[in-house]
Parts: sequence; structure tokens; C-alpha cells
Amino acid sequence: MTTTQTTATPATQKLGIATTLALIFLLFSGLIFSAEDVVQGSTVRIMYVHVPSIWVAYLAFALTAICSAVYLSNRSRSLIWDRFAGAAAEIGVLFVAVSLVTGSLWGRLTWGTFWVWDARLTSTAFLFITYVGYLAVRRLGGTFRQRARRSAVMALLAVLEIPLVHFSVNLWRTLHQKASIADPNAKVKLDGFMLFTLFWGLISFTMLFVWLLIHRQRLMALEDAVQDQGLDLAIQQRRTEAGR
Amino acid sequence: MTSRMQTARRVSVAVARKDLRIEWNSKVLLNQVAPFSLVIMIMFAFALDNEGILQRVAPGLLWLATLFSMLVIVQRSFAVETADGALDALRVAGTEPVGIFIGKSLALMVQLFALELMLLAIALVLYTVEPTAMGYAETFATMAVATIGLGFVGTLYGGLGAGARGRETLLPLLLLPAVAPVLIGATRATEAAFGSGGAQSSEGWPWIGLLAVFAGVFGAVGALAFGPMIEE
Repeated sequence: MTTTQTTATPATQKLGIATTLALIFLLFSGLIFSAEDVVQGSTVRIMYVHVPSIWVAYLAFALTAICSAVYLSNRSRSLIWDRFAGAAAEIGVLFVAVSLVTGSLWGRLTWGTFWVWDARLTSTAFLFITYVGYLAVRRLGGTFRQRARRSAVMALLAVLEIPLVHFSVNLWRTLHQKASIADPNAKVKLDGFMLFTLFWGLISFTMLFVWLLIHRQRLMALEDAVQDQGLDLAIQQRRTEAGR
Repeated sequence: MTSRMQTARRVSVAVARKDLRIEWNSKVLLNQVAPFSLVIMIMFAFALDNEGILQRVAPGLLWLATLFSMLVIVQRSFAVETADGALDALRVAGTEPVGIFIGKSLALMVQLFALELMLLAIALVLYTVEPTAMGYAETFATMAVATIGLGFVGTLYGGLGAGARGRETLLPLLLLPAVAPVLIGATRATEAAFGSGGAQSSEGWPWIGLLAVFAGVFGAVGALAFGPMIEE
């Protein structure tokens, strides 16, 4: 096989270019154009990465759950749902990690410590570990259908597990600042351009997510095809050996 | 529908009896898991070399030792099923998956509860814990409710990928985050029961409520999910 296969199509190429431009604009907007915070100074700029990454992670895990549910409920059991679920979880794990790292750096600057055992941080760490476990389940081996079934069940269990962990950790302790934009009584007010930059971050990170997701899903399809082909080749070889 | 439920009940009793009989004959719990948990309790004392601290953190150590030992029991519980394709045989025979789930959970609960009683005795002796009569009642209530939850969730995650290579090393990663609520709830309730750090015994009951919610949720979901999970 010498054919060169790519996971890009004209549509994803355009999406990739748009994403890159959006991220470049976010870079300028976040680092240069937007104002410093009155209290936090320049450290507030971490927010433009921190908040969009956790948003993407939530989006990704929600998609994993939906695709897994569709896989299990759909009579045809199309593997494309499984691949989308897996691709979304991989990207989600990556972005939770980004969010945890940027969050602890931000915490170091504003709270004076990398980590506090507060409810939201602890449940986010659990979210990370749970989906690392999910990715490990995907690598258990077996047939594609076995992988799809196991990981779909695991994804749905994770959906159940996360609220329980969150609830119990919440009872355990709470210190993290409440969501400050959604709360009308919050003391923290973002000025217009900071808010714009934050939303721009959300949009461009979402574009990045979609772009990565499509490519990863196609790559997984190719990986599966290679694995199938490897099996066919091996059977072919054994047959020719037997024929000799 | 009622006949299906009756079948499931019969299956669950049979599976639980089978698991417990295997355990009774092999004595793995007595000869391996119980000494292992004793070692954990002693090692904790080495790591936290101070009687005051040990007394204060005894509830957490008790439940950590339970969870670590549970990993071994769950692995054993499904190694028995997959070794000679026993689970496949049950599946091919059209056995109610709910029955298998409940049965294996019950057997796991019985073993866990026995282990917890032993760990409690060890904590009383080694960590100089002195609960009141009310404290004992609360401790046993905590153990009962926590064990039900642990039995369900352990069976559920134990069955995930049963038979796949590399599953043994994966189980702790999957199971420990899932049982974190039990560790939190049971430890707080036991702290109240032991009066650790000046906790009042009445503070424990809401945590027992949390444990009950956990047990209910995982019991219901396990009954639903176990069938699709083992059918491969």
C-alpha cells in the first residue's frame, strides 16, 4: 500500500485556518489589547486560557457521554459513534490537564499556593482521573465492538460518578470562588473588552476542539483500518505458508 | 415479568452461595486478604509514628485499608468467573444478568463486612480507639450501608472488561475514584462515631445518608448496566 491518506478535507482545512486566525487574535487580545485587572494585574490574563479549556473539556465529556449513549441505544451499533466518543474524551483529558495546570499557576499567583483542597479543584482532578481511566479502558484490547461496548458503559458510569463525587467533595469542603460572571451579585466585574476576550477565547477554543475532534476521529478510523488490514495480511501469509 | 424477577432472585442466591462456597473452600479471604489488611494497618502506624495522630486519623485508615483490600477481593471475584470461561457459560445459558450482578454483589458484601469487622477490632487494639455504645451503633450502621454501596460498585467495575488482558492493573484506577464518595462519607461518619477530633456522634448520620444514596444509585445502575457490560 503506497497510497497517501490524509485526514484533511477542504472543509477541515478551512476550519483549521479559521481556528488558527482566531487563536492568533486571542493571543493579541488576551496579552496586549485587554486591560489589566485592578486587583490581580496581568495574572488575570491566565483566565483567557483557563476558562475556555475547562469549557472545552466539559463539552468534550458531554459529547463522549452522548455518543456512547447513541452507540448503545442504536440498533446498528455504528462504530463511528464509538470513535467520536473516544476522540472527544482524549481531547477532553488534554484540556482538563491544561485547565488544571493553568489553574494551579494562577492559584500560585493569587492564592499563594499551587493547590488547595477545595471542592471544585478536587472534583476537577477526579474528572481528569476518571477519563484517564476511560482512555485506559479503550486500550484494553479485544475487538472493536468489545472496545466500543466497554468504553460506552464506562463513559455512562463516569457521567453517574462525577456528580456523586462532586456532591460529596462539595460537602467535604468549599473555598473556590463562585462562578463570578453568572452571579449578578458578584463583586468581580469584568470590563467590556475583558468579557469580549473571554468569549472570544470560548469561541476559538471550541473551534479548535471541533477541528481536533474531526481529525482525531478520522485518524482513529484509519488506525482501525490498519489493524484490520494487519489481521487480513497475517491470515493471508498463514494461508500462503500452508499452501506451500 | 414477575417470573423474570423470581428467576433473577433465584440466580442471585445461587451465585452468591457459589461465590461464598468457593471462598469457604479456598480461604483466600482468611489466608491472604485478612493478613494483607493487617499489614496495611501496621504500616500506617509505621508511617504515622504518633499515637495521638493515629487515634485522630483511625477512621480514615480503617476505610483506606478496607478499600485496598476490596481491590484484591474484587479481582479475585472476577478471576474466578473468567478463569474457565464460567461467565461465558452463564451468559450462554441465558442467566439473568441482574441475578448475576446481585449475587456477586451479595457475596462481595458478606466478605467485605467480615473484613471490616476485623479491621475495626484491629483499630480498637492498635490505634486505641474507644467508641461509646452509641458510637458502636453508628459504626455498625456506617459499615452496613457503606458495604452495600461498595459491593455494588465493586461488582460493577470488576465486571467491566472482565477477561481482558491487563484488566487487573486497570481496576484500581477505575474503582478508587468511583468509591471516593464512600471514603469521604464513611470516614466522616466513623469519625463522629469514634469521637475523633472532638466530633459529635450526631454529626455522623447525614454522612450515612450520603452512603445510602450512593448504594441506591449504584445498585439501580448496576442492575441496568451489568447485562450490556458482560455481553461481549
